[in-house]
Amino acid sequence: MSEPRTLLAIDNVSKNFGRVRAVDGVSLDIRENEFFALLGPSGCGKTTLLRMLAGFETPSDGRILLDGKDIARTPPNKRPVNLMFQSYALFPHMSVRANVSYGLEMERLPAKEIRARVDAILATTELGPFADRKPEQLSGGQKQRVALARALVKRPRLLLLDEPLGALDKKLRGAMQLELKRLQHEVGITFVIVTHDQEESLVMADRMAVLKDGRLLQCDTPHAVYEHPADRFVADFIGVMNFVPGKAGRDGVVASNGTRIAGKVPDTLGSDTSAVASVRPERIRLFPSPETANRTTGTVEALAYQGLDLQLHIRTPLSPKPFLVRVTADAADRRPVSSGDEVELGWDAADVRIFKE
Amino acid sequence: MSQTRFRSSLLMAPALLWLTALMVVPCALVLALAFFRRGIYGGIDYTFTLENFGLVFNPLYAGIFLKSARIAGTATLIAVVVGYAAAYAIAAAPRRWQPVFLFFAVLPFWSNYLIRTYAWIVLLNREGLVTQLLRWFGYTGEPPSMLYTEGAVIAGLVYNYLPFVVLACYAPLSRLNPELAEASRDLGASAMTTFRRVILPLTVPGIAAGAVFVFVLSIGNFVTPALLGGGRFQMIGNLVYDQFLTANDWPFGAALAMALIAIMLLVLMAQALAADRAAGRAAQTTGGGDG
Repeated sequence: MSEPRTLLAIDNVSKNFGRVRAVDGVSLDIRENEFFALLGPSGCGKTTLLRMLAGFETPSDGRILLDGKDIARTPPNKRPVNLMFQSYALFPHMSVRANVSYGLEMERLPAKEIRARVDAILATTELGPFADRKPEQLSGGQKQRVALARALVKRPRLLLLDEPLGALDKKLRGAMQLELKRLQHEVGITFVIVTHDQEESLVMADRMAVLKDGRLLQCDTPHAVYEHPADRFVADFIGVMNFVPGKAGRDGVVASNGTRIAGKVPDTLGSDTSAVASVRPERIRLFPSPETANRTTGTVEALAYQGLDLQLHIRTPLSPKPFLVRVTADAADRRPVSSGDEVELGWDAADVRIFKE
Repeated sequence: MSQTRFRSSLLMAPALLWLTALMVVPCALVLALAFFRRGIYGGIDYTFTLENFGLVFNPLYAGIFLKSARIAGTATLIAVVVGYAAAYAIAAAPRRWQPVFLFFAVLPFWSNYLIRTYAWIVLLNREGLVTQLLRWFGYTGEPPSMLYTEGAVIAGLVYNYLPFVVLACYAPLSRLNPELAEASRDLGASAMTTFRRVILPLTVPGIAAGAVFVFVLSIGNFVTPALLGGGRFQMIGNLVYDQFLTANDWPFGAALAMALIAIMLLVLMAQALAADRAAGRAAQTTGGGDG
């Protein structure tokens, strides 16, 4: 497989608003045809970064290279980049067709071509029957598709999506996640999506960047970010993680009660410094075999069935917060546990990630 | 259902009584007056006639109607352009400053209309502030004659009714989602095209409301033309005033007043109809529901 081509290079970009540094020296490469997610809690700078890509903000520092050309100071109407707004920002006085045609009219294309391209995108997004409706007569999901069609019809090099599914209810959101992914595949346009929903980016993105306080913490595939988080924040933010605080030892972390959690200690962590050992809920087994590297006992405080699996809250002497353990319903049937039970739990050293506290 | 209807008519009763006693009845009296003759010594001769309405279309008086319409139209145009620009600037200002700017825009309203109009005399007279300012900048010629001109009347009308336009235009402008303009830019439109195709169409109702206000109040105005236009400058308002208080021809004055009211009603109805059609168009296409 050949190395994918870089479409957009964000090169050491910063943005200050007065004394606030909203984006702080972020460098990222976004590749041709990829579905890229910018993820982070609110106020992390992801929206500011997106607005700089769209042209609504100018970086205080750094370059934004699209196909190798710096577009940091190009006005929004002169970039081959389109943004799908979080509020959709559909023109309320125009029909669906007029909304979608607008961008092509700005390119001064012949009326016939505009009509053909608009018809095609309305068909792709299944909006044909609603072409003459006004935005106020559409449901949330339909509005979202109009916003998408309006941006896609321009055939941008890069499509930016600001929390595109935020306004939809949970069930519709799940369907639209897959729909967006299918569409992206179909049109062959690079998508950059901004979201605060880590589950959404895990499902949709080819690669994702995690931001916090304007800084880039990690940029990798969802799998890599989930399995090998760059730091404690990422580990906590993406998915669910159990943390055991303690001091870094030679090959593990010594918890406050003296128990040693075996795992690979990063080279950057000096001996005896504050550290946390962490493990994902699905990596923990109940009633482990005696040779399991890490073992402890705990009391089951609560159980929650979640269809395929069972989630347990288990109080252990290792950490102030109860451990979250996820076992398959199958395993739970074989050896049932109930609230108040004393259980043994264990996990492998390979599943332990150790971070600086 | 019937109980709520009863309650709502009870709530509306004082306003209806007020309007009937102080609007409908006097208007009906004036209308009736217009169908009688003027008495020889100035009183009213109660014989039916349509002469008064015929006289309204006399070129002399019709000319005054046209002139009033032209002045009111010019004042409306200027007020809308200036007022819209001001409202746009206020709506674009930081949120917490907007009420302050609006307060200043409306501030003249808190003083008396007459005093405000007299202030223009101080500004515009031959040795007024404007002339002094020109001198200060090195102007040495004859003082310009600005007072007692059509321009002065228009300036006075624009000044007095500008706050209406600012308020009427500010409402839709401040409610406009700023992302709409951004979306337009994002789709390739210039700032000018964005204004023409997105911002302006969405704020037309405000412009229309402000314009109708200025026009209706200007065309019937008599204080401003009397003070800033000088004694001989006449708009319909002055003409009506003269018929009642100077010429003592109440029937003709009543006919003129009725013609003026008819013009105002036509303008208001046209606006209502246009607004209704816009709303109707939206309602007509509704109804399909979700597919």
